[in-house]
Amino acid sequence: MSLAKRIIPCLDVDQGRVVKGVNFVGIRDAGDPIEIARRYNDAGADEITFLDITASHEQRDTTYRTVEQIASQVFIPLTVGGGVRAVTDIRRLLNAGADKVSINTAAIFNPDLVRESAERFGSQCIVVAMDVKALDDGSGRYELFTHGGRKPTGIEAIEWAQKMADFGAGEILLTSMDRDGTKDGYDLPITRAISDAVDIPVIASGGVGTLDHLVAGFTEGGADAVLAASIFHFGTYTVAEAKAHLAQSGIVVRG
Amino acid sequence: MTQTVAVIDYGMGNLHSVESALREAGASDVVVTADAEAILLADRIVFPGVGAIRDCLAEFRRLGCETTLRLAVDRGTPVLGICVGMQSLMARSDENGGVDCLGFFDGTVTRFPRNHSDTDGTKLKVPHMGWNQVAQSRNHPLWDGIADNAYFYFVHSFFLPAEESDHVAGSFDYGIKGSAAIAKDNVFATQFHPEKSHDNGLKLLANFLRWDGTC
Repeated sequence: MSLAKRIIPCLDVDQGRVVKGVNFVGIRDAGDPIEIARRYNDAGADEITFLDITASHEQRDTTYRTVEQIASQVFIPLTVGGGVRAVTDIRRLLNAGADKVSINTAAIFNPDLVRESAERFGSQCIVVAMDVKALDDGSGRYELFTHGGRKPTGIEAIEWAQKMADFGAGEILLTSMDRDGTKDGYDLPITRAISDAVDIPVIASGGVGTLDHLVAGFTEGGADAVLAASIFHFGTYTVAEAKAHLAQSGIVVRG
Repeated sequence: MTQTVAVIDYGMGNLHSVESALREAGASDVVVTADAEAILLADRIVFPGVGAIRDCLAEFRRLGCETTLRLAVDRGTPVLGICVGMQSLMARSDENGGVDCLGFFDGTVTRFPRNHSDTDGTKLKVPHMGWNQVAQSRNHPLWDGIADNAYFYFVHSFFLPAEESDHVAGSFDYGIKGSAAIAKDNVFATQFHPEKSHDNGLKLLANFLRWDGTC
């Protein structure tokens, strides 16, 4: 017996609709988030992540309503991220039915938000999302980026992951900005490095194109969970196919 | 017959999921409340919990819920504790520097070790987060129709070691054997989240809604 590795379909939601960009541009519509979440719940997904990619304050109420509707129909864990800036945002999302809240940019500008919210709500519901890019200086180092990969922060990725774990993050959602939308597979070296560097679970994200990429995320990347969007949204693979393939590769999944 | 389920609301996080899952499992009348009268009028009681145990218990006690729960348990009302709700029913927890809990069960809740690893040396992350199998250590009406070693969703850093209690109803293995569920008389409590455990969790909640509190 052991803990199953998790498959997490990700819903990128813009103004109430699920979309998925390629390298965060060129967005295609994949439908209604509540319908899609329910479909993944029934299909055997282990969790669902909902990223509000518009996240302008005027549209936040749409997000809370969507989260409420998903939470009333989905009986697996739901993580919500995007535009989380303050403890009050986290409280509202948890009250709307999120099980975990993902903090990205706000953690960089205000790392104490992670500490404060972990103390208040428990580490189990605080996910720190990290968007990283490999530095092209041949150092093999990775840097943290904000604003959908447009703005560098000068922060080194592994140190940041360790700091966030120390501050009480319960999980890390690691997205490779180089790979996101490419279908070339996860960035395995940084996934492995961060998974080895922290004691909290790491979710690999960005770049899945094939089922073998999911396998590699676990075996080579050392991830505890894998996140994918397009391969599921556009029906390339079903969650069941993904799980069957992982099981054949010797990875423990929930049947 | 309409049956009322009271979900104890002591202000510590999201009860929406518990309420939705109870409705999905067939509950027609769910009240989310800290009111003693409403809780004592209910036919069954759910004691959920997330977050840090010291704050949870402080709020629980401040709102008078401890007295209410003791009365309800003494009357034989079926009670389901979930996660920190289960941990709160134990004698003590090591969390937050050590906290005296409600003492419905003997045993001390403790943290997974630092640098935790499996018997084969594989590193194990903490929180114990995700789907793990539950080995049923005894028959219980709440396990009806649920396969032994079925998967349930866990998320926690503190746990009740299986050897700490004579009342373990199910265990999980995460490098160490922990209590996945404890049961005594009309109280059943789970470390995992039935409301987040898809079909198996909904089945357990449906069993709870039918349970007369005996076992």
